Order: sequence, then structure tokens, then C-alpha cells
Amino acid sequence: MARQMVTLDGNEATAYIAHKLSEVIAIYPITPSSTMGELADEWSAQGVKNLWGTVPLVIEMQSEGGAAGSVHGALQTGSLTTTFTASQGLLLMIPNMFKIAGELTPTVFHVSARSLAAQGLSIFGDHSDVMAARSTGWALLASNSVQEAQDMALIAHAATLEARVPFVHFFDGFRTSHEVNKIERVSDEDIRAMIDDNLVRAHRQRGLTPDRPVIRGTAQNPDVYFQARETVNPFYKACPDIVQKYMDRFGEISGRQYHLFDYVGAPDAERVIVLMGSGAETAAETALYLAEKGEKVGVVKVHLYRPFSVSHFLQALPATVRTLAVLDRTKEPGAAGEPLYQDVVTAINEGLAEGSVPYTQFADRPYPRIIGGRYGLSSKEFTPAMVKGVFDELLKAEPKNHFTIGIIDDVSHTSLDYDPSFHIEAPETVRCVFWGLGADGTVGANKNSIKIIGEETDNYAQGYFVYDSKKSGSVTISFLRFGPKHIRAPYLIGQANFVACHQFSFLERYDVLKYAMPGAVFLLNSTYGPDEVWDHLSRETQESILSKQLKFYVIDAYEVAQKTGMGGRINTIMQTCFFAISGVLPREQAIEEIKKAIKKTYGKRGEAVVRQNFEAVDSTLANLYEVKVPGQITSNLTRRAAVPAEAPEFVRQVLGAMIAGEGDSLPVSALPADGTFPTATTRWEKRNITLEIPVWESDLCIQCGKCVFVCPHAVIREKVYPAEYLASAPEGWEAVEARWKEFPNLKYTLAVAPEDCTGCGLCVEACPAKDKSQVGRKAINMAPQPPIREREAVKWDYFLSIPEVDRTQFSVRSVKNSSLLEPLFEFSGACAGCGETPYLKLLSQLFGDRIVIANATGCSSIYGGNLPTTPWAKNKEGRGPAWSNSLFEDNAEFGLGMRLTLDKQSEFARELLPKFASIVGEQLVEDILKADQSSEEGILAQRKRVAELKQRLQSVDNEEARHLVSIADNLVRKSVWIIGGDGWAYDIGYGGLDHVLASGRNVKVLVLDTEVYSNTGGQASKATPRAAVARFAANGKSMPKKDLGMIAMAYGYVYVARIAMGASDQQTLNAFLEADAYDGPALIIAYSHCINHGYDLRKGLEQQKLAVASGVWPLYRFNPDLAAQGKNPLVIDSKAPSVPIEQYAYNETRYRMLLHSNEQRAEMLIKQAQQDVERRWKLYQQMASMHYDGEADAS
Amino acid sequence: MLDLTTTYLGLKLKNPLVASASPLSKKVESARQLEDAGVSAIVMYSLFEEQIIQESLKLHRDLTRGTESYAEAISYLPDYGTYSIGPESYLEHLNKIKSAMNIPIIGSLNGVSTGGWVEYARKIEQAGADALELNLYFLATDPELSSAELEASHISLVKDIRQQVSIPIAVKLSPFYSSLPHFARQLVNAGANGLVLFNRFYQPDFDLDELEVVPNLVLSNSNELRLPLRWIAILYGRVQADFALTSGVHTASDVIKAMMAGARVAMVASEFLQRGIGRASEILADVQHWMEEHEYASIQQMQGSMSQQAVAEPAAFERANYMRALSSY
Repeated sequence: MARQMVTLDGNEATAYIAHKLSEVIAIYPITPSSTMGELADEWSAQGVKNLWGTVPLVIEMQSEGGAAGSVHGALQTGSLTTTFTASQGLLLMIPNMFKIAGELTPTVFHVSARSLAAQGLSIFGDHSDVMAARSTGWALLASNSVQEAQDMALIAHAATLEARVPFVHFFDGFRTSHEVNKIERVSDEDIRAMIDDNLVRAHRQRGLTPDRPVIRGTAQNPDVYFQARETVNPFYKACPDIVQKYMDRFGEISGRQYHLFDYVGAPDAERVIVLMGSGAETAAETALYLAEKGEKVGVVKVHLYRPFSVSHFLQALPATVRTLAVLDRTKEPGAAGEPLYQDVVTAINEGLAEGSVPYTQFADRPYPRIIGGRYGLSSKEFTPAMVKGVFDELLKAEPKNHFTIGIIDDVSHTSLDYDPSFHIEAPETVRCVFWGLGADGTVGANKNSIKIIGEETDNYAQGYFVYDSKKSGSVTISFLRFGPKHIRAPYLIGQANFVACHQFSFLERYDVLKYAMPGAVFLLNSTYGPDEVWDHLSRETQESILSKQLKFYVIDAYEVAQKTGMGGRINTIMQTCFFAISGVLPREQAIEEIKKAIKKTYGKRGEAVVRQNFEAVDSTLANLYEVKVPGQITSNLTRRAAVPAEAPEFVRQVLGAMIAGEGDSLPVSALPADGTFPTATTRWEKRNITLEIPVWESDLCIQCGKCVFVCPHAVIREKVYPAEYLASAPEGWEAVEARWKEFPNLKYTLAVAPEDCTGCGLCVEACPAKDKSQVGRKAINMAPQPPIREREAVKWDYFLSIPEVDRTQFSVRSVKNSSLLEPLFEFSGACAGCGETPYLKLLSQLFGDRIVIANATGCSSIYGGNLPTTPWAKNKEGRGPAWSNSLFEDNAEFGLGMRLTLDKQSEFARELLPKFASIVGEQLVEDILKADQSSEEGILAQRKRVAELKQRLQSVDNEEARHLVSIADNLVRKSVWIIGGDGWAYDIGYGGLDHVLASGRNVKVLVLDTEVYSNTGGQASKATPRAAVARFAANGKSMPKKDLGMIAMAYGYVYVARIAMGASDQQTLNAFLEADAYDGPALIIAYSHCINHGYDLRKGLEQQKLAVASGVWPLYRFNPDLAAQGKNPLVIDSKAPSVPIEQYAYNETRYRMLLHSNEQRAEMLIKQAQQDVERRWKLYQQMASMHYDGEADAS
Repeated sequence: MLDLTTTYLGLKLKNPLVASASPLSKKVESARQLEDAGVSAIVMYSLFEEQIIQESLKLHRDLTRGTESYAEAISYLPDYGTYSIGPESYLEHLNKIKSAMNIPIIGSLNGVSTGGWVEYARKIEQAGADALELNLYFLATDPELSSAELEASHISLVKDIRQQVSIPIAVKLSPFYSSLPHFARQLVNAGANGLVLFNRFYQPDFDLDELEVVPNLVLSNSNELRLPLRWIAILYGRVQADFALTSGVHTASDVIKAMMAGARVAMVASEFLQRGIGRASEILADVQHWMEEHEYASIQQMQGSMSQQAVAEPAAFERANYMRALSSY
């Protein structure tokens, strides 16, 4: 019977096997492996059984370290156990991995291999993580494709049981984990035939049980440890043959025969490349292509990297080999060579020494020349052209060793040259590239098309998707291939037959048609019809269309979407167009298949969704037009520069290239050696991602500052300024009298950054001022952006040129006043309407010029620190937040370290200072040492004193003086803010956070609590409330939210506040000011509405109000300073719960979806959640009403 | 022995007290309590087609929002295999209630599209409902839509449904028709077996602090009885349908008045929601007590006894009623 052909990605292919062959699965989210855990959790939640007919038990742990520990325990007691991870997650598992291997325990960890954070974090793929684990004693088995991800996963699970060596099964993060490809799925019978149940029972038999007690994990002394360590050698020696045995068995079952090392290419190859992972597919295909043309080249694809079988490797190499290039997808700075290279060198040397391999003895080269190189770090493209470049290098008499390929290294000159125009694409493969906007559904539609073609026709299909790093307005590029033969092309498409641009504005910014081959079809979503579109294209676009003789089609997809109720989702419409004009399928069949796919994909969400999409399909073709292309270029428009000419050079040259999508062309010298980048760069990246922006109605405005306060992107700002600035104000400038008693006779203007706004609408929701004659009109309203963009941009620039308010002239203790402060966090790439960023912006306004930030990995580290541009900014004095990200798990400790430096250097400076009293002046020294820095004025005065001190010390030729100058700035008060999400604070970083709070040190912790791991797609954390659905809690979370604030309050000396800006902006402001003022550790837990909650974030503030009104999120401040005054330190800032929890929760899909899937459970959990609320409220009330010594006796 | 029985839509009921559509039918437990307290039939809460459509589109929107945009979070919520967003959960629930009880269960439907009305009506019948109440909740706001067009569409709808289902049909009406008797007769001609007077529209309120229009659910009181009482009295005998009086039934007196006006049943919701399901047995006891005191032998005896056709001064239901009210001041 023919096996099922399925189109899926590498993660799913792997998880399918892992779930089938496990009893216990311990998981923790980390990109790009999270999908495997999510699938396992969802399958178990749906009752999907494993090979033995029982549903695997899936548990989410608090970290990868925790997952590894649980896996270790489950293995030790005899379960078939697995986990999934990547990158630093694998590194956290290493301690346990040594133990698991040392105890000869069969298991498989599935790893979507990812870069390690070094000079910067990267979520993309290379082998750095796996290579870091190569000393653990685990077998390392590589899959090179989606099909192999399934096949090798099965081989790994089978082999480990017999070998008793634990396996890491790995494949390339993103390139394989996220590539969608058509594969043959193994059946249950196939799996059954691979697994020996006697070995399963033997594993169980070794499990710890009081019925057969043994002890493991002993402590061993010098007398026996060494010998005991050597006991495992026979197992490692036997392992390669066992793996090959299961590969052979798999070959018999499936027809796909693998080897530990698979050779591909000319039988008499003289030039051979050795590598593993997806790059091996590219190299193999290229070698075959070249060999067919008579070149003597070949590729060794490595599957079993550890234990490295020298004999198998040598047997795989053709005897004719003269030169070898070993390619490593990792970097080991300072090593004699990268790991695979070193293994190959060793293997060949051993083989030669032992004479075990009869190489052809060439006169000029008696033994093979071996060079090593690096490629593809962080998913850097690895193309046939690069492979050819390496083969060409091997032709040279003195090929370059320790080379790089795919980059331009103008610093160490390691890079090889290659001809990028070299292609090996089969002519029968249809290649398509789609440019889309994240929100328009392009990628989803393409995944659907792949399924249609892959599963409904005999064709093979492949899809790979590239996303930019913004969470709002992100650009996506989809690369799809279809063809009659299995597609082995794990690299982007260079020459497409079909290019679609789903957003007209992309043509202004990107070279969209660079992917189009001559004669290709070009589909454009355009509001301009077929007769007028040509004149609206840039010269560059017109030139490409003409020179490549493209067939050009347009459709106004947004109009069709609007008419059919699809809103901004043009996916179905563009997909219909694609099938209509690409010729991949006959048009009628394609329409039928699209509708079938719609029914299949959306049917479970209700008939209305299906009907709506059907209508969109039916309305599309009548609106699709071919454009009669004029014979010449007529346009005067040119593509816009990525950044304006006035931007700093680094921004123009380096960041600008990244913004334009040309970062791959930057040479090594363009980039900082230590990962240090300038701040305040988002202001140069004008993204224009919204069609609507807020417009100020000056006649209605009451100058409350609420819109400014809540704006997540700092695009709404206000200033008070002298009237003289009106004289040179641009056209349309509006100003009214400022309503501040501190600023009499000044003007007031509220401004909007039109090109940076994301159009979230939170400002409009927050605005309390309504027109008395037309209540729908507020003091700020949304209006279409394009018609006013230019005018508003000029006004914005002028607004920025007006001086900031003098911070010393007024109190910041009101929302109205604090909104006047300059934000030093602006225009981040966070989601439109993000609930986290308003808090960060407020932080930057209040203390931005004197804070150092330790930021845990997560959303805030991505929108806060992902290139190309970053939002933390500087004021006109050049001061602003200094920011860094260490890891996910150690952020509290990282921040504490910063505090220790500041404290130590401040202390040292204070020790040194008196020694220079006679030189700098007794008074200055005394003033500095006794300075009151509790206010803005005090800090400013101290800054002046320190500047004076440094000035006076300049002339002192003395080491101590120079030391004092170098640390004197720390005599000015600085704060350390430790920022992260709930995944960090409640879970992976909790141990460290607890320790840091307990230390009593003066650090401030801000937890941006979205109640899930937001950045990785909404996995449950211990902050996830009961009854909410999240990934890893697909049936709704059973347990209540952890009360982090209560735990911290238990110390008694930690300032704790629980805040929700939308419910009480003033309480939020108070909490920040008090936390910073408190001379000790402070913890602020901030309710952050989030896209993961499943509703329109424009209503985020309203939901915050309901969260508080329902008692789900009580507001309080716990200030130990009050206790010191003899008062109860806990002040509850919100009223008793006044609305039922349903009124809050069921506005959000994370709660509501459970009603639709399991109503009974939803009702049970929501009832329990209501009880949680009531119980906690009583407890807080009792705590807040406790009598403290200094308080008046109530009686 | 007092005879409290009545017939409504061809259903033989043990008494005229029927639970009207309310959240009380959302739980088997509370439905059973209604039966135990003595109500003779239950009208299920309404199946709203528009709600199904909106719920479906909202779920789709919320599950899709932000997806496929960002490499680390391809989507944000787990996607279940199936969702009970269509009428299925309503139908299952109806079926469950029907199986759990001995009294008749009347399904209630509010559709949007003709297809939806007909399809859901059929499904409600298949789910075991003894009768179907069509909840014609429609607020005409379009100045281009004439009352004749609106009435014609409703009549056509009743005809369509009549052709597709065999169980009795009642139509629940709003009071806002310019010639109610004419429209009522047409509905009956189109196949309606009963008319339920009247649907209560929840009127939105203004929040003067926030200057916002806000929903405001106010439960009925006995004063609201007057409007349906008057119209049933007028229609009784003129339009050949079983009448149900709903809105403002809170006491035994209200039930008796409804019967005297010509209703076959009196429907109650607000009273149960405000004062508990136990009120049903109290009301029924009071009805019996009143009948005993006033020597009535059966409910049927009093039905229509004070309809316009039965009273001495029919004009009392028309202008005279107004005149008397004026002269009393």
C-alpha cells in the first residue's frame, strides 16, 4: 500500500515520530523548536496515542534545565522520554546530558539547531548549539531535509534503545524546521517494524524501583572514577554499526537507504566537500549537476557525526579524492579548526597512518589536501553558487584554509569569491516569490497553496518563508517551488517564474523584482487599475518589467476584500490570482481546490468564515487584469532611500543597507567587532505601516496627556513652548494656550509622528475629551494617513526642533505633567497597540537619562534590541538608557551585576575623592559627598559638580586622579532596571530573581506580565491565569496564576507594586516613582495586554479596566518605607471586585475559545478562577488592614 | 376539582404557566427546576443566527490576528480541531433538555438570512423540539424600507419555514406594527399556529459621565402586562391563532388576566430571574386559590372572557380607554 504523502515542515515531521515513540515528554519553548513541543502538547490534549496505544504525558517545565532534569528522572524510572530544544536551551541541558549519557540511558532529544547568542542573539539556524554539546557523550545524528527529519528521528529512537547511547537528532533551524515540503509519511506499521519492544522492556527493567532497588548517581573518588568512565567504550564502539543496522532496516521498509556518511557525486571525484545539515542537500545537488557536466566532484553528507566512525567515513570517500573541503556551520574562535574539519583531518590522518584506506597516490599529492571553512551561520544563505565557489577553490594549487563562504570578509580576508549568477534550478520546477505584509495573510495563503499542490496533485511542493524582525507591519517573503520531482533546494529562489507583490508600497522601498527571471509573471496588488498603474511605478520597477519582459497583472485586492467583508486579509484573493495566472494548475481545478482548502482550513471555525472566503474567491477573477506594458520607461519616480540623507553615516551605510534588505552584502568591516551599536536609531527608519493615524483636534483638547501616556510607540508627544516658535511654524501648525500653572503664557501643541505610528488607536480610546455637540468626535481621532503624511511629517520635524521642557521646573507626579517629559524609547517594532511598551516609554521619560537596563530575552529584547534599528534613545545631552541583554534565565543576576559595578565604582570614587580635596576644593568634595539626589534638581546639580570635578582633575598627572576621572560619573545617582516578561520572572529566571530581590540591593525590576511567553507565540507560564488557553495549556490552564507579588512581599523589605496603566494611570506613575525612590529592591508587576490574548488591542485599556474591576488584577503598592514609619506597607489601590470574571475574560479569545471547544471544562475553570479572585481579595484585604505599631488604634 | 389545563400550539399543557425564553433554559438543572416548580412548558433561549455568524468571524479574526508575521511566533493561540460555533451546541442542549424532561420544549429561533432561518428551524425540529417559536427581532432603521416590505418579508419567511417543518410554529412579535391585526392574520394565513405578544426590546441607555450609549438590561414588571393584554384581547376571536402573553407576567393576577384576554398561556421570565424559580409554584397556587375563591372550574372557562368581543363595552379597549384615563384626573 502506498504511504501517505504529506506536506509539512521539519518540526512537524520530527514531532510526529517523537510523539509516537514516547511516554513522557518534557517541554519548554525556544525558537525554532517550540513548534515540536506545541504539537506534542496539542496531540496529547486531543488524545492522540503513541505506538503502544497510550497518550504521551506532556509537561511544560520552567526552563530547558528543568526539562532536562525531568527527562532524566523519567528515564531513570524507565519511561520512554524525549524533549525538544535549540540554542542556549540545549546548553542548559548539557549538565544533565552528561549524566544521562554516563548512565547509558536511551533517549532522543530533537534539536532544531540554532545559533548561540554571542556578539548578538540570533534565532536562526546553524550548528553552534549542537557542536557545543559534542563532548557530552551523546550520539549526534543530522537530518538534512524535511523527509530526513522524519526518517532520522525514527532511526534515532530505534537505535538508541539498542545502543544505550542517548541521541541528539538535529536539523537546521528554520531552513529545515520551518521549510514546508512534501514527504512520504511513515506508517504505524513502519514504525512498529523499527522498534524492538524487548529493548523497550529492557529500558523499563533498568528503571529505578523500590521493588528492585539499586543506586545510581554515586559520588566516585580518584581511585575508580577514571576506570568507571572508560567502561562505556564498547557501547560507543558498537553504536555506529547499530545506527547503520537501523538505517538498513529503514531502507528495506521505506526504500530510502541512508548511511552514516552518504557519498553523492562522481565516482572518481577528486574534489570532495564534507558537510552536514541542509547545506549537504545543496552541495549534493550541485555536485550531481557539475558531475553530469564532467567535473570530478562529490559530496560526503554526514549523518552520524558522533560517535564519529573513522572507518565508515573513510569508506565513504572515493579513493580518487585529491582535495577535501570540510564545511562547518559553526564557529569555534581560537580553535585549530572547526569541529567537523578537525574530525575529518584526524580521520584521514589515522586512516593514512594505519593504511586502512587505499587512496590513489597522485604524483603531486600523495595524500588528500584538506581545507576547512565556515558557511551559513545564522541561516545565512548557502547556495549552489557558493558550493561551486568551494569546488573551484579546491582546484587551486594552494586553496585557502579556514575560509568563509557566503560573506565578504574584508577584515581577515577569509572569504572565498564565487559567481552568484550560477544556478542549477531544474527547468521543470516552477518557482514563485511572494512579497506580503504580515497582516495580509500572504504566508498563510502560500502554505495553503503548497498543501493544495502537494496533496491534491502528483507534484512536489516546497515552501520557505522569510520574515523581518518587526512585530507590527512586518514584511514577509514566501519562496515556493513546485515540480514533478522531489525538491531538494534548501535555499532561496534567485530566478522566479512568478513574482507577486501584495503591497504596492513595497515597490517604493524594495527591489521586489530582483527575484524575477526573464519572461516571468508579475502580479501586483494595486489600487491603480491596468490603465493607470504604469505611471505610478518607479523608474527602477518599470525598467525591470521592460528589461525582463515580464507579464504584468494587477488586482485591487483590498477593494475586493472590503466588498466581501475580508477586511485587510487579502490572502484568499491573491491566492486565487496566483492560481489563475501562474498556470501551475488548470484554472477551474485550481478554484475548486482553493474552495476545498478553504472548507478544510476554516470549516471548523464556522460556515460564515467559509462563505466569506468563497465570496472572495468568486469576486476575484473579475477584478484581475493584465497590464498592457508600454514600450518605454515613463516614470520620474525613484525608489526611496532606506534612510534619509541627514542620518549619521553608520545609519546610512550599515543600518540603511539592512533596512533595504541588503544586509547580506555588508562586509565584515562594516560591523562592530564586539556587538556594540549606537542607540536611538529607530527614528531613522520611517516604516509608514498604517493607513490611519491620529489627528489632534486642538479645540477639544484638555491637555490631560493621557493619549501621550498610553501611546505604545511614542508617536504622540506634547510640548509647551514660547509663542515665538509660532513665527516659523510650518503650514497647518496648531497651538493653543498651555494649561499649566507652572507655564504661564506658553503655547501647547500635541504632535503625531505620521510615519512611525502603527495606527493602533489606543490614544483615541484613552482620550476623555468629547465634542459636546457630537460625542463621537474626540480631541484625537483617526484619519487616513496617505493624504496628510507629507504635511504631518513636516510638522513633526518642526515639533522635534522645539526645545524640551525644563524638567526641573515642575513636578512629574501627575500623569499630565509626566507626559511632557521627553521619551527615550520610541518607534519600536512591537505589535500595534502593545501593552508592554507604554510602561517602558514611561520609564524612559522619568529616569531615562540615568538608567542602565538589563533586559531578559523575550518580546522586550526583540523590539528593544533587534537590528536593524533600536528604540532606546538619547536626549540632546547625549544621555539615555544603556541597554543590554544577557540571556533569558539570568537577567536578574545580570542586572545585579550592573548594580554591583555602579555601587563599587561609586564607593571607590567616594574613597578617592577626599584625597583630591586640596586640588579640587574642599567645598566641592563635600558637596559631592553630601549631595541630595532625590530630585531632578538634585541630580542635575550633582552632574554639574561631577563635571566640574572632572574638569579640575584633568590637569592632575596622577594614576589615582585618572582612576577617579574614569569612575566619577558614578557619583551621580543611577538606577538599574531589570526588565523582562513573565516567562522570565515567573519561570526560567525566578530563582535568580528571588535571589536578587533577597539581596536587598538597590535594583528595580519591571515585569511586563502578558501572562504567556509572548515572543515565542504564547506558551503558558506560571503567570498564565486559570481557565485561559495557551500553548502548552491547550485545554485551558488548570492551576491559578502564581502570585509573584505576594512572594516578594513576604521578604518585607522589597517594594512591590501591581499596576495596570489602563485601569489607573496615576497609580502606575506613583509606583514607578516610589520604586525608584526606594533605597532597596523593587518589583513592579505590570499588566500588559498582548496580541496573544486574542482580541483587538485597541480595546486593551478597556480590558485592563475590566481586569481590575473583576478582581483578576488587583492594584496595590507595598512600600517598606511605610512599615519603617510604623504604617501598614500595603495599600490596595483598586476597589473590591465588582463585575464577574466572565465579563472580563470572555472578551478575550484565550478564554472564550475553550467555551467553544469544551464548554463544560470552561465553565468549571472559570468558576474556580472566580473563587481564586475572591480568595485573593480577602487575603489582600486582611493584609492591608493589619495593625502596625505606628498606626492609630482603630478602636 | 379545578381544571388548569390548556392547549397551546396543539400541545396539551397541564397549566397555562410557561417559562419564556431566558437564561434559565441554558442549564438542564434550572430547566428541571422549572418543571419541578410546575411550569407546563419551556421556551428555550433563542438560537441567534447573527450571533453564530459574528462569533464565527470573531474567532477567525482573533485566531488569525498577527499570525504568519513573525518568525518566532507563527501564531499565538493553539488551534483546536473543532469548535462548537454553529447551531450544534444549541441543538445538542435542546436535545438534552428534551430528553431530561416530561413537559413540552419549544425551540426559539432568531435568524438573519432566509437560508439560515429555514435550516435552523429544521434542525431545531430534528433536535426534538415540540414546537418552534420564531423570534422576529428586527429593528427597522433604513428609511428606504417600507413597513409593507418588511411585513411581506416576514410573511414569506413564515411560509418558507412552514413548508419545511411539521411541528407547530408560533411567531413572537414586537408591538411596533402599524396594523397589527392585519399583519397577525397574514402570519396565521402563512402558517403560524400561534402568536406570542410581545417581544421586549432592550433599549440602550446613555451614560452621562462617559457620554456613551450603553446596554441596559431591565427586567419587566407587571405594568408591562397592559400592552400585550390589550392586544390579545383585541385579536382574540379575530385572528385564529393560539396566543401567548409574554412581558409583565409576575403574579397569579397577571396570569388570570392573560387568560381572560384570550391567551392560551402566560409566559414568565423576569419574575423567575428576580425572585427565583420557586415563584412558579406560588403563582400556580395563587391561581388555584383565586379560581376557588371566585368559583371558576377551569382555565378554559376564563380564556377570552374579557376579550374585546366578550366584554360589554368593546370600546374600552380603544378610544374609551384613553378617555377614561383622562377623566380620572
